[in-house]
Amino acid sequence: MKRYGASVGFFIFMLVIWEAVVRFFGIAEFILPSPVRIGEALSETSALLWEHSLQTIIEVLWGFTLAILAGIILAMLMGLFPVVKKVLYPLIILSQTIPIMAVAPLLIIWFGYNLLPKVIVVALVCFFPITVSLVEGLEAVDKDIEKLLLAMGASPWQIFKTVQLPGALPSFFAGLKISATYSVMGAVIGEWLGASKGLGVFMTRTMNSFLTAQVFASIVVISLLSLIFFGLISVLAKFVMPWYEQK
Amino acid sequence: MLDIINLAKTYEAAPGKKRQTVRVPTLDNISLQVKKGEFVSIVGPSGCGKSTLFNLISGLERPDEGQILLEGREITGEKGHVSYMLQKDLLLPWRTILDNCLLGMEIQGNSRGQARKKAHALLEEFNLSIYEKSYPHVLSGGMRQRIAFLRTMLANKEILLLDEPFGALDAYTKSEMHDWLMSVWHKYSSTILFITHDVEEALFLSDRIYVLSARPATVKLTLAVNLPRPRSRKMLVSEEFIELKGQLLQALFEER
Repeated sequence: MKRYGASVGFFIFMLVIWEAVVRFFGIAEFILPSPVRIGEALSETSALLWEHSLQTIIEVLWGFTLAILAGIILAMLMGLFPVVKKVLYPLIILSQTIPIMAVAPLLIIWFGYNLLPKVIVVALVCFFPITVSLVEGLEAVDKDIEKLLLAMGASPWQIFKTVQLPGALPSFFAGLKISATYSVMGAVIGEWLGASKGLGVFMTRTMNSFLTAQVFASIVVISLLSLIFFGLISVLAKFVMPWYEQK
Repeated sequence: MLDIINLAKTYEAAPGKKRQTVRVPTLDNISLQVKKGEFVSIVGPSGCGKSTLFNLISGLERPDEGQILLEGREITGEKGHVSYMLQKDLLLPWRTILDNCLLGMEIQGNSRGQARKKAHALLEEFNLSIYEKSYPHVLSGGMRQRIAFLRTMLANKEILLLDEPFGALDAYTKSEMHDWLMSVWHKYSSTILFITHDVEEALFLSDRIYVLSARPATVKLTLAVNLPRPRSRKMLVSEEFIELKGQLLQALFEER
């Protein structure tokens, strides 16, 4: 925790200034609530927030799992077969230029108001960093070690599993971390466009009622959830790659 | 044991953007021989095609002309007969020292348990078993090269190719490594082909030395080193040693 000391200190400093500005100028709460008001809103609506969060967490977990599976399968295919990469890689990049805000309503038309469209939005947002980082990790294999194994008589598959795959892990986890920070946001976007429960729904409703303090409260929860996902992945990375963290 | 006969290799290079290619003759009529249990060195100016020779022997590339025989059987262009070691230790950072040593045996499809036992015994013998569970990055350069050498040995190939394995080490560590390598070599009577541009290193370690010319490389001189074994540092200043060193240097520098 020590290494975050400076960041936390600065963050608190900013909150104090925020609080002071709101009080000094007497800014209306529906325009900009003070940090203290946001804290109060958090505790007042905590039960409701938790209920909505649970829905969002479920969507994120499903979507993230789907993204990891899709990412691994795509990256392995592209890593093993150059033809697949040649065909798919540009298309995968193209897929990221499609605005998710335009696709999400379509998903709701196609799949209804249930869980699935949100899971798909999360997966769409998350699979890209995972796939790209894994593909690049697989390609970054040291040519000399590859030659060494070849000279010893290794098959391409043996090289893939003994060198490429473990060597790609750090890059893979870097991709996972990026995805983790996007994942909650993806679910919230999915919920905005049609849902009955979830942090996105909570946010839209409070926004429409000008309960700005509650809107900020939901932002705090979304950030916290993202941080928790990020933290879980960092812990997992340490566990899977003890050799990497020791560096 | 290893017979290299009239090996030649020319590369097609395309300098610049133009389509026309330039022929770069790299090896020309190279013949050399390594007997079982012998320590043979190849010395040559940098860029003379030592690495090409290396790739040909390990089967990563095919020569244009010539043959490579192992125990009388042709292995030209065949992989899987040698294991080698470079200046870079090429230890896998995600494997412990013990697991790094298993690499060659694993590729051959040996069972992991048996391979572990073998590797453990060898590490124990060279007082390296304390590092068994460590990852490579905690070891010093010299230690890493020792592990890399043991891994090369454990791959259980007929010939060990060492390509300037100690080139990145400081002078003191380097001479320590020489003594260590000699002790291992004596014990296991491995067959070693050693590439270097360090003349003293070649003389101190080898039974025989081939001097290659600049590109296209040909064998310039074959020098038998009949210094008694085990060799000591004192020999580095003996008359015989200096005489041999003179011959080697002369052959190398006639080039310029």
